[in-house]
Amino acid sequence: MNAIIIDLVLFTLLAAVAIQIVRLNHLFVVTMLSGVFSLLTAGLFITMDAPDVAFTEAAVGAGISTVLMLGTLALTAHSQKTTKGTQTVPLLVVIATGMALIYSTFDMPAFGDPEAPSHVHVGPFYIEETPELIDVPNIVTAVLASYRGFDTLGEVVVVFMAGVGVLALLGHKPIRRAVEARAQPANRREEDA
Amino acid sequence: MEDSQFLEFVIGRYNYWLVIVLMMVGLYVVVARGNLVKKLVGLNIFQVSVFLFYISVGKVAGGTAPIYVDDPNALYSNPLPHVLILTAIVVGVATLAVGLSLVIRIQRAYGTVEEDDIQIADAGRDASPRAGGASGSSAPTIGGSA
Repeated sequence: MNAIIIDLVLFTLLAAVAIQIVRLNHLFVVTMLSGVFSLLTAGLFITMDAPDVAFTEAAVGAGISTVLMLGTLALTAHSQKTTKGTQTVPLLVVIATGMALIYSTFDMPAFGDPEAPSHVHVGPFYIEETPELIDVPNIVTAVLASYRGFDTLGEVVVVFMAGVGVLALLGHKPIRRAVEARAQPANRREEDA
Repeated sequence: MEDSQFLEFVIGRYNYWLVIVLMMVGLYVVVARGNLVKKLVGLNIFQVSVFLFYISVGKVAGGTAPIYVDDPNALYSNPLPHVLILTAIVVGVATLAVGLSLVIRIQRAYGTVEEDDIQIADAGRDASPRAGGASGSSAPTIGGSA
């Protein structure tokens, strides 16, 4: 029962934060709320037995994402144009999609059901065999770094490609010069020549 | 009897429903808001909701985190969704970085990150092709200095 109450409190806070993100126009506040959202999610991950995911979400989701967004805000606008309240067509589309998704959960196994297909197929293999095969106490680490080591290497390649993509899009000249160049188009021409 | 069955049904699924509500809030931000940074925040909400959904699926009632304890009868939650989501979080922040740098490039080229202003600018450019020359020249600048 305690777990359900903690769950509900965290979900209520998440919903409140998400609704504020929809409503507010000040992008600095929206960015900070998005960090809060990630941190609350990390709390929920803890209640659902996923400490590794919670650490990563708190560090990457609440930390690095927020820093990246703040950097973007420094280079672009600080607030969005005032929006005209609720828009009917997107709202209807979203409600219809949500209803369809909720309808599909009726066929799903109950939350926490130990007999759910996802827990009786390959999951038990990793829980039973990891002490013998890998001998690492944390099963998540064992799967990530050993069973699926090549996949994790591929993930590093993805992060590297993202870094290359960002550099290719933004160039590597210092931000101050880039901002000045943008402010004075005349200088830009000189640089070209 | 009917009532207790219904309650069990709801308790078994409320977690999914709340996740879907959050997901739809994220989708609404992506569709209904014109500011590109805000759209990315909405995508982020959507993405985190999907993560929550996966971790919900991996939970075993009465289980503990998938780290070995001394008790031989211990029940562990399913570690596989956790691994998938660990990877997804890192890839998610990588795509967010690329998305944000695209936003910065759009700001440099158009002077705005509002979707409707960008569409107006594009419409103007189609009408008079020469008008696009000024903003188009920012691309060689960055390419040339890199």
